[in-house]
Amino acid sequence: MAYVTETGYNEEVLIKENGLNDHFHDHHHGDKFQSNFITTYIFSQDHKMIARQFLITGMFWAIIGAAMSIVFRLQLGFPEENMAWLRPILGKWITVDEAGMGRLAPEFYYALVTMHGTIIVFFVLTAGLSGTFSNLLIPLQLGARDMASGFLNMLSYWFFFLSSAVMLYSLFLSTGPFSGGWTAYPPLSALPQASTGSGTGMTLWLLSLTFFVVSVLLGGINYVTTVLNLRTKGMTLWRMPLTIWAFFLTAIIGILSFPVLVSGFFLLMFDRGLGTSFYLSEIFIGGKALENVGGSPILYQHLFWFLGHPEVYIIILPAMGLVSEVLSVHARKPIFGYKAMVMSMLAIGFLSFIVWAHHMFMSGVNPFISNFFVLFTLIIAVPSAVKVFNWIATLFGGNIRFNSPMLFAIGFVSLFISGGLTGIFLGNSAIDIPMHDTYFVVAHFHIVMGIAAFFGMFAGVYHWFPKMFGRFMNEMMGKIHFWGTIAGAYAIFWPMHYLGMAGVPRRYYRFDTFEAFKHFEDTNKFITVAAIIVFALQIVFVINFFYSIFNGKKVTDANPWGATTLEWTTPIEPGHGNWEGNLPAVERWPYDYGKNGREFIPQWEPLAAGEQDGGNH
Amino acid sequence: MASVDTHVGHDVQQENWGGGAEPFKASYGKLMMWYFLVSDAFTFAGFLIAYGTLRFSSMSWPLPDFVFAKIPFYSGEAPLIFVTFMTFVLIISSVTMVRAVQEGHHGNKKGVVFWMLLTILGGLTFLGCQAWEWTTLIKGENVSVTRNPFGRHTEDGVYLDASGNETAETFKVGDSYLIHGHEHNGQVEFDFKKYKVTSGPDAGKVAQLEFGPKAFGALFFFITGFHGFHVFSGVVFLFVIMLNAASGLYHRRGNHYEMIEKIGLYWHFVDLVWVFVFLVFYLL
Repeated sequence: MAYVTETGYNEEVLIKENGLNDHFHDHHHGDKFQSNFITTYIFSQDHKMIARQFLITGMFWAIIGAAMSIVFRLQLGFPEENMAWLRPILGKWITVDEAGMGRLAPEFYYALVTMHGTIIVFFVLTAGLSGTFSNLLIPLQLGARDMASGFLNMLSYWFFFLSSAVMLYSLFLSTGPFSGGWTAYPPLSALPQASTGSGTGMTLWLLSLTFFVVSVLLGGINYVTTVLNLRTKGMTLWRMPLTIWAFFLTAIIGILSFPVLVSGFFLLMFDRGLGTSFYLSEIFIGGKALENVGGSPILYQHLFWFLGHPEVYIIILPAMGLVSEVLSVHARKPIFGYKAMVMSMLAIGFLSFIVWAHHMFMSGVNPFISNFFVLFTLIIAVPSAVKVFNWIATLFGGNIRFNSPMLFAIGFVSLFISGGLTGIFLGNSAIDIPMHDTYFVVAHFHIVMGIAAFFGMFAGVYHWFPKMFGRFMNEMMGKIHFWGTIAGAYAIFWPMHYLGMAGVPRRYYRFDTFEAFKHFEDTNKFITVAAIIVFALQIVFVINFFYSIFNGKKVTDANPWGATTLEWTTPIEPGHGNWEGNLPAVERWPYDYGKNGREFIPQWEPLAAGEQDGGNH
Repeated sequence: MASVDTHVGHDVQQENWGGGAEPFKASYGKLMMWYFLVSDAFTFAGFLIAYGTLRFSSMSWPLPDFVFAKIPFYSGEAPLIFVTFMTFVLIISSVTMVRAVQEGHHGNKKGVVFWMLLTILGGLTFLGCQAWEWTTLIKGENVSVTRNPFGRHTEDGVYLDASGNETAETFKVGDSYLIHGHEHNGQVEFDFKKYKVTSGPDAGKVAQLEFGPKAFGALFFFITGFHGFHVFSGVVFLFVIMLNAASGLYHRRGNHYEMIEKIGLYWHFVDLVWVFVFLVFYLL
């Protein structure tokens, strides 16, 4: 018991005496996997480096995806303005007439909308969010040296990279990228002659997303295996931080849903390339009847949304996990209802598989079957509400530090409530009839799984930046980023609810030519201006991020936030294998804040005589 | 007593799930194979659901006993005999796979290599049979991913001859037909026989045979092809792993030939998937 000192515990001695000796350093002399520049920074098998690769690639895509939204917002807000100044960037997609008036080509408008959705949903909020934080935190918070298979983990990133490269290339095609919406419904996606983007653009879109699924599966199989097999001594499932529970369930959902998307994609490839009729039946195109008979476009929608709906939980669960952790750490309070949080995530994960057809109420699905989907969809509100109340209860009476990660975590809760409430509207098939395909839907999902997931991600980046780069991000810039983004996000999406209730349809090129929607001109202008401001604020974040990597305030304390979880027991800049000596052993649940008169008791401290483990009640 | 039981249960749970241990007593590699197989099962499930959707939205569906009635070296009808043989070979190859795993547990290198070789032969035989079956359908009966000459009658009727007179050839609802094609100037010309309906509201009308549901050919080639691709990759993996085993690599690892067990899981899975493919295409 040499680790007990007068002021408490000596952490270093504690881990040495109490930790788990896995003989890691006996056979890892001179790490052959990180011996030169290429194996350290490019084809790295270290989970921390792979996490950073996912994050930075995700940020690259976030900038592109957001910039696309600015271009189409300009079109919607200012349809009569001259866009000729965008010609140097967008080239022929800006058509300039004799008077010098530049207009955005309508087909490219659709390509922008499609790519914005694809990029943000898959590349940013799936790979960039779950890819980054699952990789970073699963081994560190579980007390593992690395992922179960470092090699497959590396492949997971490089398949994502390959997928990104193919998608990026498709943006520069002379016929443009795919333009039939991010859901790629046939027949627009199945017939190369259906639109300019349906040709090579769609082929590359399919190829890219197939690589992407390979990446997600390689990653997911690794995450699940690591969580099950590589927990350190004493880390029972009920002592795992909520972040790990979230990544674990996310990975399981991914393993079960993405393969079905691949099935759908393969059939689509056959329809495109070999003339089969899986999704096509009795179609006229350009006045000519096609030979395809017997297929069903609804079949694609079922296969797509069997992934598509779980996908929104693949996006939001990691954000929920990160937010739970950040809220607890910075409120200096145990998370309220730890087991209820886990159970509600399990419930959400399970329900996510039996609600997909609520995306298809208007596709001709039998109204009788719709009833079931309405019911299950509305039941999801229960575990979601449990989580929201628990977050609020965690904040209640907390000794809150209002720093950037905490602000973003609180912002997440706000957005999740606002966006979740409109989900109850849309989950009802009767209300969905007037609301479907309007800006109400756009507002709903952008708030609840777009902006909210981004906020979870920001909370995670600000909170774990010290772990990733050994420095802090700038607080002042972080606060500007937060207040501007939360106000701006509501300024963008709040008015869209009204547009939607007035029946303004989504995906239209311009509204000033419709008598019914003309009077929303000012609203649309307002939204566009707000979007531009929010975009500028994200640039502040990106500058803060890269500036802080090199010039941020250095971390001097290994546990700068006073957190309880294991990642803060490593050296400030952990090497390969994460811990220099023994692995820390876990003695208690991860949320002992304000217990026994102490601000926090970390997970690696043994229970005092007669003390109850917090997770057990 | 009850409290004692709970106590014991708690200890066992601590041992397996308490961290620092493998809760399923399975290495990470084996777990990964299981999760991959789960995901692959969902891919196949997606295809079979597509099959169900398209089949049950068709008016009729070709009768397996009629479509799959050919065997090599015999010109008569032998419904499902050939595919029964294929299935048997594949299932036996799973048995030999189990033997290979078993020999691995005993550390018997020669046994492992021998039984893996038999498994590979089983896989190759299956693939060869599939190639013959595809060839028969494509070359002999002109089925393709976009065309299906196999159909079933939805009415009773009687065939007409070239001059429009009734022949002795009659048929009933549900009877199968194949529209025969003949190679002519590099193109297949089909003989769409004319017939007179003798039952139902259309009785008395003259009609001609039509192709069966297109989806049949597309689904058959796609799903059996996807399964065949799994068998093919399985054979390649088995071959590489057999060479590794023969070189003594797994013996040196000293983990009871775990690699054989992992590829065995995959092989049994491919076998299991075939049972479902067999069910939907050949039995239903």
